[in-house]
Amino acid sequence: MNALSLRNLRKTYNNGFEALKGIDLEVEAGDFFALLGPNGAGKSTAIGIICSLVNATGGSVSIFGHDLKTDRAKAKSCIGLVPQEVNFNQFETVKNIVLNQAGYYGTPTKLARQRTELCLKQMDLWDKRDMVSRRLSGGMKRRVMIARALVHAPKLLILDEPTAGVDIEIRRSMWKMMREINRQGTTIILTTHYLEEAESLCRNIAIINHGLIVENTDMASLLSRLNIDHFILYLAQPVAVMPRIEGYQIERVDDKILNVSVPKETGLNNLFSQLTAHNIKVLSLKNRSNRLEQLFMDLIESKPAGDKQ
Amino acid sequence: MNYSIAFRTIVTKEIYRFIRIWPQTLLPPAITTALYFLIFGKLIGGRIGTIHGASYMDYIVPGVILMSVISHAYSNVVSSFYSTKFQRNIEELLVAPVPNWVILGGYVSGGIFRGLLVGLVVALISLLFADIVVNNAVIAIAIAFLTATVFSLAGFINAVLAESFDDISIIPNFVLTPLSYLGGVFYSVEMLPGVWQTISLANPILYMINAFRYGFIGVTDVNIQFAFLITGGFIIILAGLSLFILHKGVGIKN
Ligand SMILES: Nc1ncnc2c1ncn2[C@@H]1O[C@H](COP(=O)(O)OP(=O)(O)OP(=O)(O)O)[C@@H](O)[C@H]1O
Ligand SMILES: [Mg+2]
Repeated sequence: MNALSLRNLRKTYNNGFEALKGIDLEVEAGDFFALLGPNGAGKSTAIGIICSLVNATGGSVSIFGHDLKTDRAKAKSCIGLVPQEVNFNQFETVKNIVLNQAGYYGTPTKLARQRTELCLKQMDLWDKRDMVSRRLSGGMKRRVMIARALVHAPKLLILDEPTAGVDIEIRRSMWKMMREINRQGTTIILTTHYLEEAESLCRNIAIINHGLIVENTDMASLLSRLNIDHFILYLAQPVAVMPRIEGYQIERVDDKILNVSVPKETGLNNLFSQLTAHNIKVLSLKNRSNRLEQLFMDLIESKPAGDKQ
Repeated sequence: MNYSIAFRTIVTKEIYRFIRIWPQTLLPPAITTALYFLIFGKLIGGRIGTIHGASYMDYIVPGVILMSVISHAYSNVVSSFYSTKFQRNIEELLVAPVPNWVILGGYVSGGIFRGLLVGLVVALISLLFADIVVNNAVIAIAIAFLTATVFSLAGFINAVLAESFDDISIIPNFVLTPLSYLGGVFYSVEMLPGVWQTISLANPILYMINAFRYGFIGVTDVNIQFAFLITGGFIIILAGLSLFILHKGVGIKN
């Protein structure tokens, strides 16, 4: 069963801008799915259409088998949305924001109260329940929106950059929370600009650029396509001239720092024994760039606008 | 699907909103109308004598009440729905399985409630100045309810079409207030010169005010059935228009 399927989804805004040029996408039930792409790629537009906030110009959306046009109420009931920007009433209390949303989904009062309490506790906001939302910090406001999205226990949770501008501690706790929600059976679609976040959380991924899907695959096979790893080595003593070492591309950044490119099948052992032989002591090393980031840049640069895969 | 919970949620939220800010929503009409009654009714009215056999004070009370109903029903919906749109929390309703007629019904009910509540407050204040024996309470209440509905709907349409905060005060200032004053709150149309009488008859508020006055003191310039017909007609037209623009997503969806 697909949690979401998009068929030839198109959107041209009133000013004539073509934000989506016909995208097809399938997200399986239970998946943790990353929807990535640079600024302005069309991610929020696609999410807006899925969540009935934007009128599509063409194409169809189906949520757990319910067509968004013909079976609207059922399709909508399956989705919980955490939008990119704060969109609750800033003069309302935290509790009422969540409670009202439950009401809009038709949740009976008693159950709505229970669910509100549960979701606010889960988001660590129960203490703030009577606070007017305008007084919350940015991270808290995001968590209010997550609690609000979860209050009707949706089968599909869509999060549009939920961790943007959130501190590391809270981001980690959000990761934990998203994993837990997904483990309990909720399908999650996540957009983010932090690729390490997508890498560590998501099983499948689509990359969208200029309104087109340029990649749609599972995370493991995407990463396996990266056959060269890049490392930075920090040395104990300065080296004046770098010895040539067969099988590795080494670049001197300065006296004590080296950039090394390592083909996956070669591994690091030989590099270290050669360096030891040359009496070069390595203090520490780190990955030069996030592996996914590299791939992401390659994909986006290699497939310019209008070039449909 | 059962939409009564969603409807109740919107209405409760709307009522709670204006009750919470009662010094801005309920107090001003009480003060303004007390001044109307004092100045026009007591001080000036005493020198005017009677209209259609009613003292001037008794004559203006129904009009002043209904004028408050109109302006508060309208302003409640226009300001509430516009700020819902402006802060984008309209999206909370759009993502949920709430049909447009429930959204419309919820906001309009909030407006009706506020309009009638303010009407009640003004009516209670009028008791300090006038001593009215109600002629036909059913007619009075029915026309007040329908009038509040008309102007709640109108406020809703204004909010949907408004693109800035200025746009929500244009209609109240340039249309509603003049039409209310010219709708015979303070005078009988028979007191106007011929051509102005005819022009006044094109003002829908005139019919509502006169029907309401009939309910109160049994005096009217117009036919009561016709007044109900006009008011009902407006409700049908405005509700249809509201649902149409909601369906199109005008000003709400991209
Ligand atoms: N209401 C609108 N009218 C016209 N163009 C719009 C509108 N909303 C978005 N766009 C354009 O559509 C394109 C896609 O926008 P969208 O918000 O979907 O991007 P995104 O992938 O979510 O980007 P980001 O990562 O910055 O959030 C952008 O070029 C944007 O300028
Ligand atoms: Mg976006």
